[in-house]
Amino acid sequence: METLNLFVRSVFIDNMVFAFFFGMCSFIAVSKSVKTALGLGAAVTFVQTMTVPLNYLLNEYVLAPNALVEGVDLSFLTFIVFIAVIASFVQLVEMVVEKFSPSLYNQLGIFLPLIAVNCAIMGGSLFMQQKVTSGEIASLVDSIVYGLGSGLGWAIAIVMMAAIRERLQYSHIPAGLKGPGIAFIITGLMGIAFMIFSGIKL
Amino acid sequence: MSNLKNLTGPLSSNNPVIVQILGICSALAVTVKMEPAFVMGLSVMVVTAFSNLVMSLLRNGIPSRIRIIVQLVVIAALVIIVDQFLKAFVYDVSKQLSVYVGLIITNCIIMGRVEAYALGNKPWDSFLDGIGNGLGYATILLIVAFFRELFGSGTLFGMRIIPESWYIANGGFYSNVGIMLFPPMALIIVGVIIWVHRSFNKDLQEK
Repeated sequence: METLNLFVRSVFIDNMVFAFFFGMCSFIAVSKSVKTALGLGAAVTFVQTMTVPLNYLLNEYVLAPNALVEGVDLSFLTFIVFIAVIASFVQLVEMVVEKFSPSLYNQLGIFLPLIAVNCAIMGGSLFMQQKVTSGEIASLVDSIVYGLGSGLGWAIAIVMMAAIRERLQYSHIPAGLKGPGIAFIITGLMGIAFMIFSGIKL
Repeated sequence: MSNLKNLTGPLSSNNPVIVQILGICSALAVTVKMEPAFVMGLSVMVVTAFSNLVMSLLRNGIPSRIRIIVQLVVIAALVIIVDQFLKAFVYDVSKQLSVYVGLIITNCIIMGRVEAYALGNKPWDSFLDGIGNGLGYATILLIVAFFRELFGSGTLFGMRIIPESWYIANGGFYSNVGIMLFPPMALIIVGVIIWVHRSFNKDLQEK
């Protein structure tokens, strides 16, 4: 039950985009068509599900106080270790996909390297670390669930956004608001809509 | 003179947040109050300036295939320094900023400026470019935080602006606009800032 609760929380209530603004850069830039949004959403979900547990293990067995050597606290290295894991994992995925599935590689193309600097991925790992401190994530399974949930939440958000923006082509928007301006306001309104999920507890 | 342009361009006509749409990720969540917004803006400015400077100095020695990872290492090292500094001197603000200090690493402004500017220009110009973009980022953060703190809590930098006696609880007519404190309002305020800015700069409008 706890695990299910964590999953629902990370998809809807603590949604990466609407509650924390993570991954906004690619969220605004790549949400122009549903097809590309789906591709990027799937890629982010995959990378998130893999890097959060990886970073969880590193956090638990290397970085935490007294984890590696008694009396040594390496937690100041968190940022550099997490970003190195993420960047090298993305590089690895890129090489594997290129080798085994060239068609998927062509579809994802430029998105894969972009994921390395997507704040949602780094943010997911940093929040995981916070949740470990607060006791919400207590095992490897929890961290996988959290990674999957937060990645899915981001993917749902960008696909919905792309669907709305496709329809927007037919509407009259004031000249100054066209493009990013209206995208921000829509995201804000969607965020308000997502606030109805707050307080749900399973 | 061209140096001056590096510094002033990003403030308005080439602003990283509202024109290039970069670095929004870590920007908006820290704008509930002016104080964390100010500290965040300052931290990003320091990191952008020095990562530009370091990468510009190293630009001829790095093979282009591994440049992304080198950039990340340089930026992450700078962010760790900033984080330790904040923890040592302004602990309360550092607690409020929580994970967002770490997210400076993945702030698109920093990577973007290093890629687009520092790798092809001299150190001093790159340094100024970093300062300029950091200032542009901080400006937007402070504008958003101004509205959110003034209407959301009636204070600025923690000082009371709207008198206590106006509040309904004290027999007045006023109450805080609670929704200003919620995340979606930050997005809507940025949307409106973009609208106002583009109404004055017609060349930026999209067809």
